[in-house]
Amino acid sequence: MIATPLWVHLANLVAAVLFILTLKGLSHPRTARRGVMLGALGALIATVVVFFNVPGWPGEIPVRNLSLILVALAAGSVIGLVAARRVEMTQMPQMVALFNGVGGGAAALVSVIEYLESATENKAALAATVFTVIVGSVSFSGSIVTFLKLQELITTRPLILPGGKYLTMLVAAAGLVGGVWLVIAPQTWLLVALLVLSLIFGVLFVLPVGGADVPIVISLLNAFTGLSVAAGGYVLGNVLLIVAGTLVGASGTLLTRLMAEAMGRPLTNTLFGAFNASSSSAVGGGSDRPVRSGTPNDVAIMLGYANKVILVPGYGLAVAQAQSTLRELADLLTEKGIDVDYAIHPVAGRMPGHMNVLLAEANVPYEQLKEMDEINPEFSDADVALVVGANDVVNPAAETDPNAPIYGMPILDVNSARQVVFLKRSMRPGFAGIENELLFEPKTTLLFGDAKDSLTKVVTSVKEV
Amino acid sequence: MTLVVAEGATDADSYSQLALLTIFVLSVFLGFEVIAKVSAILHTPLMSGANAIHGIILVGAILVTATAEEALPLALGTAAIVLSAINLVGGFVVTDRMLEMFKGKSGSESNERAES
Repeated sequence: MIATPLWVHLANLVAAVLFILTLKGLSHPRTARRGVMLGALGALIATVVVFFNVPGWPGEIPVRNLSLILVALAAGSVIGLVAARRVEMTQMPQMVALFNGVGGGAAALVSVIEYLESATENKAALAATVFTVIVGSVSFSGSIVTFLKLQELITTRPLILPGGKYLTMLVAAAGLVGGVWLVIAPQTWLLVALLVLSLIFGVLFVLPVGGADVPIVISLLNAFTGLSVAAGGYVLGNVLLIVAGTLVGASGTLLTRLMAEAMGRPLTNTLFGAFNASSSSAVGGGSDRPVRSGTPNDVAIMLGYANKVILVPGYGLAVAQAQSTLRELADLLTEKGIDVDYAIHPVAGRMPGHMNVLLAEANVPYEQLKEMDEINPEFSDADVALVVGANDVVNPAAETDPNAPIYGMPILDVNSARQVVFLKRSMRPGFAGIENELLFEPKTTLLFGDAKDSLTKVVTSVKEV
Repeated sequence: MTLVVAEGATDADSYSQLALLTIFVLSVFLGFEVIAKVSAILHTPLMSGANAIHGIILVGAILVTATAEEALPLALGTAAIVLSAINLVGGFVVTDRMLEMFKGKSGSESNERAES
């Protein structure tokens, strides 16, 4: 390594500390935004300083390279900025998945280039290169598949290819053998083969994961990208990349575990459950069994004469952009002296905490949002549980049907309320693709239609009650 | 990550490899420790913020592109810069947007309450 000026090292140290403070800040509501600012500052410092990190510093960078770098930097920044500003809050999880994927892809590319350029014989560096290429590529292709699933461009149900289990194991084994071989006898074609195998593995790895579990996979792939960035840092001998990547890898692993715990299932069940469970409980379309459907007026009367109402918002609410209408209804009921709470399932929406973000967007007062453990004992006192666009998070199959893909996930105890009202678009099953027995209970009333439409009608009727 | 010192390596080489390994191991513990007490409502912003941080691979992409001589590495490096800049910039902006939602009218007030 050619000597780097001391101040460059110090600036990188500052950036590393800022990243630590970012994660620290993000674990507290009060300091979260400041944390993001510090992180952005760290990124800015590191990006400016890196030009002085190049052997022979900026004056020596060929003009062709420098102009390409600056153009690429500008292009990437603009794309990222526009995408992040334009994305709807409901679609934010898949945006995060995409950002994560491209990061993993970049890490893999960096290692490939370093391999092509340096032709190193150092085994440790080669091992790190192999690691970065494999993990970065898996993260890239896996994230693309999670994006497709969340965007519902491909089925959200677990997708199991014939012999998928063996195919996956075969690809993984081939990748491992190829990786070891590359460290022993470096050859470029092998690196390319490894890249392709890893991309295939990423796809095979994510396809069998059911829709409701996708957020956990995003978090896991996020940790993967972090680790591949750290290994890339080792290849380049760059301390900042090692620190930043490892921080993300470690905190991402912990976060993945926390999320899996919030779903009440071990991580292995989330990832590989589809291979073992029978898929018979997953039904495609609606069913012909009788249900009781009501009019907005029926629902308004139930709500208007209740003492305690619990609202259960789901992703369907956000898709219909009906958060404000729901808040209007809640305010109206509160004015009538009715006790109103929102029951927030840990994975309501598409990701842990997603629903809190969506409701905060509609200015729903924070203190009305109750977490699952807090609200579940209260359902037995509730006269009406109003479920708006949620399904899997209230599906009793999670407790009763060991074959259901969501078996083991804690659910909101809507079943204990005296009456249950579902606002639904259709009888279509939820994101996890399983039927909800609760819909056929005698105490359940269904109000079909677009959530915003239905809520508006209910609000009008409540005013008249 | 394995620590294998190449044949013919000097003491300085093995020392710097050890230093890198030390930094790696300490960072693992730090990563666990720093988010150990995160509240559930911040899971998504935290994931998104961590996601932005690994976009710093941009630094690596710039380093390898700056010294690239042939067309292929140069092209791949340019692609890596575009991808990592998307990750870095987009990641921070989208995280900030998420957290902005928590503010609202009675925002600072309710945030205090959420913390207590």
